Amino acid sequence: MRATVLVRPKQGILDPQGEAVQRSLRKLGFDVSAARVGRVIDLELDADQTENARATIERMCAELLANSLIESFEIHVDES
Amino acid sequence: MSDQPIVAVVVFPGSNDDRDAAWALGAVGAEPVLVWHEEQELPAETGAVVLPGGFSYGDYLRTGAIASLSPAMAAVRRFANDGGPVLGICNGFQILCESRLLPGVLRPNRQLEFVCRDATLRVENADTAFTRRCEDGQELVIPVKHGEGAWYADEGTFVQLAARGQIVLRYTADVNGSLGYVAGVINEMGNVMGLMPHPEHAIDPLLGSADGGLLLAALVDAAAEYLLVAA
Repeated sequence: MRATVLVRPKQGILDPQGEAVQRSLRKLGFDVSAARVGRVIDLELDADQTENARATIERMCAELLANSLIESFEIHVDES
Repeated sequence: MSDQPIVAVVVFPGSNDDRDAAWALGAVGAEPVLVWHEEQELPAETGAVVLPGGFSYGDYLRTGAIASLSPAMAAVRRFANDGGPVLGICNGFQILCESRLLPGVLRPNRQLEFVCRDATLRVENADTAFTRRCEDGQELVIPVKHGEGAWYADEGTFVQLAARGQIVLRYTADVNGSLGYVAGVINEMGNVMGLMPHPEHAIDPLLGSADGGLLLAALVDAAAEYLLVAA
């Protein structure tokens, strides 16, 4: 089973990387008023992990994938 | 037990100041022992632990995040919970924050540039095991070299830490966008401290400053005391 975790800098948290990306996009002529840079983690779970997959991935986020002080996360489970 | 207390320096894949730290600790009266990160236990008679600078595990995911899960860190956590003195320098500070042994987190520098130079720090609390050879308000010159040194905590935590004297060192001017110019913090119990500057690079006036020696020598004192109490 596949799942994707999106990790983002929390709202209000300074994101210097996003600011640099935004400035560069503007230099290229794109009208971008803000950019935030996060990370994507694609997971493949063992077949026996499909039950409660979401709860399991939430634990992964809490224990390793995201730092709750500065990052929020979003979980997408591919049910197919 | 020898006169020189053992200070364990944990070596992670990607540590690069482990030998500098060991050399500096030896120069201020410790018997340094390098401990590979896969070790399950610290050496017998360990009096203190140093987590050195570097780029453990390539700083994958977040600085210090992967290293915080290594076997040696489980041993360091037990040691810290027993009251053993632990000092994290630069990447070591990042690892302690990711391990939740210290409050807050280290974020990419505000200016998005690696900063490598001498920094002036003010001792905000000289009444700790790590700063007791200093005086309140004393200014120390100790080099920094990091890309991810902007310490951050939410406002409530920050105010509480400041009120409790857990903000131990601050830069005298902005270096990296660190909240409140914070350069070093200590845990509530007073036995775990982390700082971004490198005291091990400042223990000889010939190299520009010996101020780092004040912190490392205090750690060696704390190691000797810990062993005395444990004996």
